Amino acid sequence: MADIGHDAADYAPPAELEEVDLYHAKSWITKYVFSQDAKVIGIQYALTATAIGLVALVLSWLIRLQLGFPDTFNFIDAAGYYQFVTMHGMIMVVYLLTALFLGGFGNYLIPLMVGARDMVFPYVNMLSFWIYFLAVLVLVSSWFLPGGPTGAGWTLYPPQAIMQGTPGREWGIIMMLLSLALFIIGFTMGGLNYVVTILQARTRGMTLMRMPLTVWGIFVATILALLAFPALFVGAIMMLLDRVLGTSFFMPHIVELGEHLKYGGGSPILFQHLFWFFGHPEVYIVALPAFGIVSDLISTHARKNVFGYRMMVWALVAIGGLSFIVWAHHMYVSGMNPYFGFFFATTTLIIAIPTALKVYNWVLTLWKGNIRLTLPMLFSLGFIVTFVNGGITGLFLGNVVVDVPLSDTLFVVAHFHMVMGVAPIMVIFGAIYHWYPLMTGRMLHEGMGKFHFWITFLGAYLIYFPMHYLGFLGMPRRYFEMGETSFVPESAATLNEFITVTALIVGFAQMVFLFNLYWSRRNGIVAEKNPWHANSLEWQTPEMPPGHGNFGKELPVVYRWPYDYSVPGVEADFIPQNVPAGGTATGAE
Amino acid sequence: MTQTAATNPNQLDGTQGAVSDWASDQRAFKNVPWGKAMMWIFLLSDTFIFSCFLISYMTVRSSTKIPWPNTSKVFGLNVNGVEVPLLLIAIMTFILISSSGTMAMAVKYGYERKRKMTTALLLLTALFGATFVAMQAFEWTKLIHEGVRPWGNPFGAPQFGATFFMITGFHGTHVTIGVIFLLIVARKVWRGDYDTGKRGFFTSRKGNYSIVEAMGLYWHFVDLVWVFIFAFFYLW
Ligand code: HEM
Ligand SMILES: [Cu+2]
Repeated sequence: MADIGHDAADYAPPAELEEVDLYHAKSWITKYVFSQDAKVIGIQYALTATAIGLVALVLSWLIRLQLGFPDTFNFIDAAGYYQFVTMHGMIMVVYLLTALFLGGFGNYLIPLMVGARDMVFPYVNMLSFWIYFLAVLVLVSSWFLPGGPTGAGWTLYPPQAIMQGTPGREWGIIMMLLSLALFIIGFTMGGLNYVVTILQARTRGMTLMRMPLTVWGIFVATILALLAFPALFVGAIMMLLDRVLGTSFFMPHIVELGEHLKYGGGSPILFQHLFWFFGHPEVYIVALPAFGIVSDLISTHARKNVFGYRMMVWALVAIGGLSFIVWAHHMYVSGMNPYFGFFFATTTLIIAIPTALKVYNWVLTLWKGNIRLTLPMLFSLGFIVTFVNGGITGLFLGNVVVDVPLSDTLFVVAHFHMVMGVAPIMVIFGAIYHWYPLMTGRMLHEGMGKFHFWITFLGAYLIYFPMHYLGFLGMPRRYFEMGETSFVPESAATLNEFITVTALIVGFAQMVFLFNLYWSRRNGIVAEKNPWHANSLEWQTPEMPPGHGNFGKELPVVYRWPYDYSVPGVEADFIPQNVPAGGTATGAE
Repeated sequence: MTQTAATNPNQLDGTQGAVSDWASDQRAFKNVPWGKAMMWIFLLSDTFIFSCFLISYMTVRSSTKIPWPNTSKVFGLNVNGVEVPLLLIAIMTFILISSSGTMAMAVKYGYERKRKMTTALLLLTALFGATFVAMQAFEWTKLIHEGVRPWGNPFGAPQFGATFFMITGFHGTHVTIGVIFLLIVARKVWRGDYDTGKRGFFTSRKGNYSIVEAMGLYWHFVDLVWVFIFAFFYLW
């Protein structure tokens, strides 16, 4: 019987590459510590990112305590507050989200999903993790050095970042810049691996247009990262030289504490350009893997093929390309040439087109699907809602005239937390609930998961929705305390208290999640093989969790795209990628 | 499945065929070894680094109010009492470009498996590279003696020293790393590691002659970057 799957074939071209010669670990240390297995490296990345992310979470509580209850906690002073804000932002964006999506999910999923035994250069891949680890240590070390971590704001704008009065001017800023440089070197080593593995090491039959969107998302994001991080790298080196050697790349003639500094003639705006040439692609480095993963989660848990697969792929590529020509929308109030504003507003608004297309396609994938309200599905729905919300405020901010009054207010904070904080984190949670059985062989606890979802989703709304309003009132971001301010009414203080309390509750829910991760490892329900009845290759391995080399003796052969769910005329509601046209799904009987 | 093995249904004609070739299974770039693909992508990323450096240099050069030093003077050499502008740098550039020639020949002989020739040419390339770095060190020393520092100099805008040391330093580091790897690869070729499939000490992978080519890509790139640095620093 011929099935009418999307591009199902009963033919796959012969193998072009000989079997890789895989490194086999000989001792515990080379197996679990200095491991060259992408799956272990992925988990190492994920655990390190989670650990440092926890630090950032605690910092967010401290920030909120100060904002909700000013003059109450004497262990938070102004300097400390700026350090919390800075480290919170930088850790969340770079050391948690980037590392977790690309280093964590990228390493674990890419080889499995494209049908490879490992990354193409496992040794370099191992170095990548350890350099990342070193970068985290260097970052953390700034807490223990004189002056503490930097308080320059996560954007690290000079001249203030390296001047007296900014906390951490002594060592914090140096450690931050060094750590970023290390991170970039480490990331590049991993990123080259991801890209080459996807381009050059797929299994038989796995054309680019048969790759799961997860792989596409990570692929495009990695390319963005390889092209965007250089700008940050250069900016970091130049600021380091300004701070340590007294060069004046970014430093104009300037007076500090009544004293003329030796600096002069540099361009502070140059740093902003370098930073945002990295910074805007960076938000898509985080967003694109989330887009990819959520497409797969939605399709699998709604038992329906992704709507408009090709469009989804091209939208990822288009967003990736466009994201390089919008960076100065972060600089409307920087004093750059106003004509730039017009150009960058236009490109910024154009990005909304491919982005909206993706949102429509997710919704159309759900449309008339056989939706199962599993935890991954709940989080995916949460993602769509929060992402649309944040995307729309992005359109506000993309227009120069609207942005100018809203810039540097809590409205911006609300925008980027919705779109880059909450939405991708929703996907990360969904992905963990989805792939945890693959990684450990057990399911996460459903009850704890539901609790976690509802508190996080509703809580996030209660936290960030009011911030839009506070922003409209003109409440500035990055202020230690507001004092007596005529344009901010009394009620704003009450609202801030409410936000703080909610934030603490949501923080607590994350502890439940972490406990769930720990508890289910031993006590969770043992997962059947391919528990979600998914099509992509990572679920078709002979063992679960997949062993060293991923696929046993023979690499899988791919005959179709990964979205053959509920194909008419076929009894099972899914057909894995390695089933030839006319064959039946293994494990479907 | 077996009876259709001769006809590949994915085969298309025209532009569609081109797209489908590129997106086709297993490898996007047929017959490109992994190492070479990786080197190309790395170099693309590195291009962005050097571009950012050079663009930053142009920006600070045009934003500073103090006049830029006269480069043909600063970079001149005094030979027997005659001021020759750009003498040293011309020799350095010539040497580096020659080294690209020897590198290209090394790659050719590598693929022909002429081990001795390949080794000799790799060593010659490394020698050229080391000479370049040595001459750069000489130039740095000369400028430092004349009072040029990253934070200031007697000839004009302080950004001159800052950008000069930063960018040539970054490029010189690239050349130095290249020389080290040239020596390592030369040793492997000499020992015949790429013929016998001896495993690498760190990676425990078997190497082959495409590594010589990847090395060559890096070397040509470093060379090409120099041409830009030369043009923007010394000729502008
Ligand atoms: C249609 C889509 C979007 C538009 C038009 C847009 C527009 C903007 C604009 C104009 C700003 C600057 C606001 C200001 O500083 O005054 C901004 C800030 C920001 N956006 Fe978006 N954005 C969009 C999507 C995204 C996405 C998808 C992410 C992340 C996943 C994101 C993350 C951020 C972040 C982190 C900031 C604040 C950076 C900072 O100042 O610290 N945005 N956005
Ligand atoms: Cu942006």
